[in-house]
Amino acid sequence: LFNMSAVAGLRAGRTLPDKVKIVEVGPRDGLQNEKTIVPTETKIHLIDMLSASGLSVIEATSFVSPKWVPQMADQVEVMKGIDRKPGVSYPVLTPNLKGFQAAVKAGASEVAIFGAASELFSKKNINCSVEESLQRFDEVVRMAKEAGVRVRGYVSCVLGCPYEGNVAPEKVAHVAKRLYSMGCYEISLGDTTGVGTPGSMSDMLEAVSREVPVNALAVHCHDTYGQALANILVALQMGISVIDSSVAGLGGCPYASGASGNVATEDVVYMLHGLGIQTGVDLSKLMDAGAFICRTLNRRTSSKVAQATCKL
Amino acid sequence: MGNVPTAVKHCLSYEQLIQDYPWLKRLLLEEKEIVPTGVKIQLIDMLSGTGLPVIEATSFVSSKWVPQMADHTDVLRGIHREPHVRYPVLTPNLQGFHDAVAAGATEVAVFGSASETFSKKNINCSIDESMLRFEEVIKAAKERQIPVRGYVSCALGCPYEGHIEPSKVSEVAKRLYEMGCYEISLGDTIGVGTPGSMFKMLQSVMAEVPTNALAVHCHDTYGQALPNILIALQMGVCVVDSAVAGLGGCPYAQGSSGNVSTEDVLYMLHGVGVETGVNLAKVLEAGDFICEALGRQTNSRVARARGRTL
Repeated sequence: LFNMSAVAGLRAGRTLPDKVKIVEVGPRDGLQNEKTIVPTETKIHLIDMLSASGLSVIEATSFVSPKWVPQMADQVEVMKGIDRKPGVSYPVLTPNLKGFQAAVKAGASEVAIFGAASELFSKKNINCSVEESLQRFDEVVRMAKEAGVRVRGYVSCVLGCPYEGNVAPEKVAHVAKRLYSMGCYEISLGDTTGVGTPGSMSDMLEAVSREVPVNALAVHCHDTYGQALANILVALQMGISVIDSSVAGLGGCPYASGASGNVATEDVVYMLHGLGIQTGVDLSKLMDAGAFICRTLNRRTSSKVAQATCKL
Repeated sequence: MGNVPTAVKHCLSYEQLIQDYPWLKRLLLEEKEIVPTGVKIQLIDMLSGTGLPVIEATSFVSSKWVPQMADHTDVLRGIHREPHVRYPVLTPNLQGFHDAVAAGATEVAVFGSASETFSKKNINCSIDESMLRFEEVIKAAKERQIPVRGYVSCALGCPYEGHIEPSKVSEVAKRLYEMGCYEISLGDTIGVGTPGSMFKMLQSVMAEVPTNALAVHCHDTYGQALPNILIALQMGVCVVDSAVAGLGGCPYAQGSSGNVSTEDVLYMLHGVGVETGVNLAKVLEAGDFICEALGRQTNSRVARARGRTL
């Protein structure tokens, strides 16, 4: 009946992972895409609240030039101001060597680099081709290895590109493989515009998992078309056990004005707990963090769980 | 209505709320207006042109309980009945059934519950009593060769009882099916279900009712509707209920969403290669129309992503 029917029955009953690691990107990816500039103390308080909720990875800030991303201009103060909870990792974005060095100086012990599966997106977003960006990242990864710093690799536009439209799964697999071979310990596959469905997600994951071990993969879904949780479910069924999300669904979609962006951590946790999967996250404390940041930004939460539970 | 929704009242004082969240003011003071008959008819006619095979047109309940459906006869008589499209109507009892037939109904639906408390609070009788009522309707329907669809509400949780045992759902579903309902729609009335509870519930029901007689009616109150629908599809269910623009909030959690939006369901189904025969662009148009008529924003993320905000 449909392209998943052959394994549909198998999938429905297939064992899901016992545990899932959530990578909380609200303070970086989320805030970066919010129009309101958030004071440093607020960012620090948000991260501290998230640390208290049981999350084990919280993307704290980004070492890009403040010229490009004014929201992240206080990168050093945030890094130095947060309460570093033992057992919790606070990765930061480092687009190049300069950013990497600044990050390490500010105390970062894990960094992230951002590749794209689409040539046009790469050129428009970071002003160079995919190949050129990979060479830039190679430098960062080498320095990171010497400094004993872990590197996470992101691939954007894995299920579609705002400029190119369709993106071939093989292209995604190629970029993911390069990042992994370079030395990234984990590759986060991002549906940047949220256009993916369980159909394109499973095709893409099949291609990528042929090149990169599935336990080194993560999915970063956007909820612009409401497909995020369904896409995450399929990813879980295919063995993925690392999910990126953003508290309160912070961070709109820059390519579709008024549309939602990141999937909300609260909604992801609700689904995972309902599936009997452990996350280590206290949903109630997470919702407190979401309520806090939404009050500060004077915006409504994008999390349906939060809306339903009256934690606006 | 001017009064503050109960759920909100329990959380914070109204003044504090408005102070902290100024954007809330408009939402809380929104009146629930009765939709004009002409608008309802136009909506249904637009939906009839999209390829949707079934469109639930109205409800033959007493207008005392559901004032919004007081014009049921006018709606049923006023719509353009597209060939190959069915227009079921709700009929809670024999009286409603007779009124529906008199108005030209050719398919009806009855609403059971998997929760005793919900049944008592919602339709003022126990599950057993409601089944007796439905039996009358189904008998009368059989005599006129009118198909009956059975709904089971609270299939994944109840606003009063909390957890609902899958065996209770399958018991009620089985009764409705054996009485003569051709299809049973299993409703996650408050949207609390997840793919975990959906899987367990369907496993139980599928042991009593053939899969091809089952449908899922998911609410998106906790954002779980699409993954719940996906798992149902993976288990062989191939009938999905949804509402254009995600119309219909959740009466148990004010300000929350209710029905899953047809547009978002279609986007997913088409993305996984399922044929629905429905034209998404036309459904988006119908959604635009009704949202403008109601003066409210769509609940469909697909609609919002395509820049169709109000």
